Amino acid sequence: MIRGDRVLFKDVCVVAPMRSTVTLRGSNGTGKTTLLRILAGLTRPETGAVTRNAPHHWIAHREGLKPHETPRQHLALWARAWGSEADIESILQTMSLARPADVPARHLSAGQRRRTALARLLLDKRPIWLLDEPFTALDADGRALVLSLIEDHCRQDGCVIAAIHGDAGFEATAEVVL
Amino acid sequence: MTPKPILAAFGQALAEAWAGGAGALLPLGFFAGAAVLVPLGIGTDPDTLRAVGPGILWVALALSSLVTLERIFQADTEDGTLDLWLQTEAPASAIAAAKTMAHFLTAGLPLALLSPLLSLMFLADADATLLVHAAYYAIGGLAFYFWGGVGAALSATVRRGGLLISLIALPLYVPTAIFGALAMTDAPGSQSAPLLLAASALFALAAAPFAMAAALRLAAD
Amino acid sequence: MFSWFANPSRFMNLSNWLAPACYAAGTLLIAWGLWQGLWIVPKDDYQGGDIMRVMFVHVPSAWLAMASYSAMAAMSFVWFIWRHEVADVAAKAIAPLGALWTALALATGAIWGKPTWGTWWQWDDARLMSVLFMFFLFLGYIALRAAMDTRQQAARAGAILAMVGAINVPLIHYSVDLFTSLHQDASVVTADGPKMAAVYLWPLLSSALGHSFLFAALVQTQMRTEIRERRTARIRADLMAGG
Repeated sequence: MIRGDRVLFKDVCVVAPMRSTVTLRGSNGTGKTTLLRILAGLTRPETGAVTRNAPHHWIAHREGLKPHETPRQHLALWARAWGSEADIESILQTMSLARPADVPARHLSAGQRRRTALARLLLDKRPIWLLDEPFTALDADGRALVLSLIEDHCRQDGCVIAAIHGDAGFEATAEVVL
Repeated sequence: MTPKPILAAFGQALAEAWAGGAGALLPLGFFAGAAVLVPLGIGTDPDTLRAVGPGILWVALALSSLVTLERIFQADTEDGTLDLWLQTEAPASAIAAAKTMAHFLTAGLPLALLSPLLSLMFLADADATLLVHAAYYAIGGLAFYFWGGVGAALSATVRRGGLLISLIALPLYVPTAIFGALAMTDAPGSQSAPLLLAASALFALAAAPFAMAAALRLAAD
Repeated sequence: MFSWFANPSRFMNLSNWLAPACYAAGTLLIAWGLWQGLWIVPKDDYQGGDIMRVMFVHVPSAWLAMASYSAMAAMSFVWFIWRHEVADVAAKAIAPLGALWTALALATGAIWGKPTWGTWWQWDDARLMSVLFMFFLFLGYIALRAAMDTRQQAARAGAILAMVGAINVPLIHYSVDLFTSLHQDASVVTADGPKMAAVYLWPLLSSALGHSFLFAALVQTQMRTEIRERRTARIRADLMAGG
């Protein structure tokens, strides 16, 4: 992958089978996010290809929240877009978002915004989760919550590819160091 | 292909337009303000005003489309919404078209609806042609917003992209502006102008979404 | 065929002798065309007297304005479909030169217009208007490329815009034609068509061909600079990555 004239990385091979967690490691600026974007099909790699044989979820730094959207509206919107029948109320409960459910995102804390974005994972059952720094801005409860989500997901034949800086908090099946 | 993501994108764009508080009032204010400045600049001679009125409204319509378009894709790039839309099952061109159409309905169409009032301020006669002209402004506005949308998508990652949009979109506005202004005169040869105006709008509707899609993929890359 | 040209090294080898050849051919043809045009051919009072001699610059530059935009759009298309880097280098090199020749066409048009129309600018002249919008298209293209962060983004954005412009050019032409045909009065200067005397034809053709060669030569020089710049940037990036 080349950015400008800088070769970010080359000869990277990521294979994530069912029930696996792959963490992408590397210090700032090595291209963790770029690799994840390539895997999501957002960024076109200079050479090489990505094969995804199942639908995926995408959670990144930029949460995809509009400033005027409340968590409830956000989930309702994406449930509509994805044709999901999920019970939004129970998802809000699970993510401890019941209290700020009707607060516009611009008034939410960073952690609450992150929880709202992560709540999309529960809207639609998709085997592949692509997570960019999923623990950012989360408190201890939030971390534990996300960890249990990841564990449940793997147990249900899913796979997780996550770019993580620092302590992952879970046993990764494989690690890609950039 | 399922239309669900397209409808959802349309709904989100509508909601976003109204969430600003002022909703359609801001573009309306700009449109009226730009048009009202003209008599102050060129004097109040009734014949002159009557002659330039329709043209001034075309210019004001084009300018307000450029002013309001700057944010439609830029905001999506910044808050990550664009990434999510590009990963839905719907083609990016359909998403882009839905968003632009929503933007036109909230920011462009109100201007066309206001145009009879402004025409009266430019001393036009109060008859049914004002409504016909409003329809022309609406059709022309559609072409403006779609070509302007291409400029907006191309400059979605550019800081202060508004000036860039103007430079990019200006030449693309030329045919529509000419056909539109022509449709409002009774010069010989202007009979087919309304049809040509509609054709230019249809052309924009057909071609611009693909350019927007390519530009949005670039903005997300 | 495109793939054969798409190799930067092959282009460098080719342009190594082709660029000087184009410079030579361009200079000779323009010199002969101007000499004939400015001193030898008789003036045409119907076209404004001696001022019509500006035609030998104006017509070639107007022709190049159109041709260079088409070339830029074609190169953008080739890049967009096949991602041949040389095509992008070419499109990037053509833009400022195309803008320059378009400006030349506008300036000479105005100079020709002043004595014949009595004004520097004539809104009724379809060609002048078309060339003006061509100029704007070039400016937009250059500004858009300059605003992008990386050269890959600049290439992609530029290609999209050039193609959007290209599909709109016929419509712009047609609308401008319609616009001017309604407002036209008799004072149209015709530099082409059956009215043109044969004495002007050869100097004009020579000049047009010369301008084209000169344009091609300058584009090649620009491209050579750009390719060398990209190579340097790559070496620098590699060095920084290594050390």
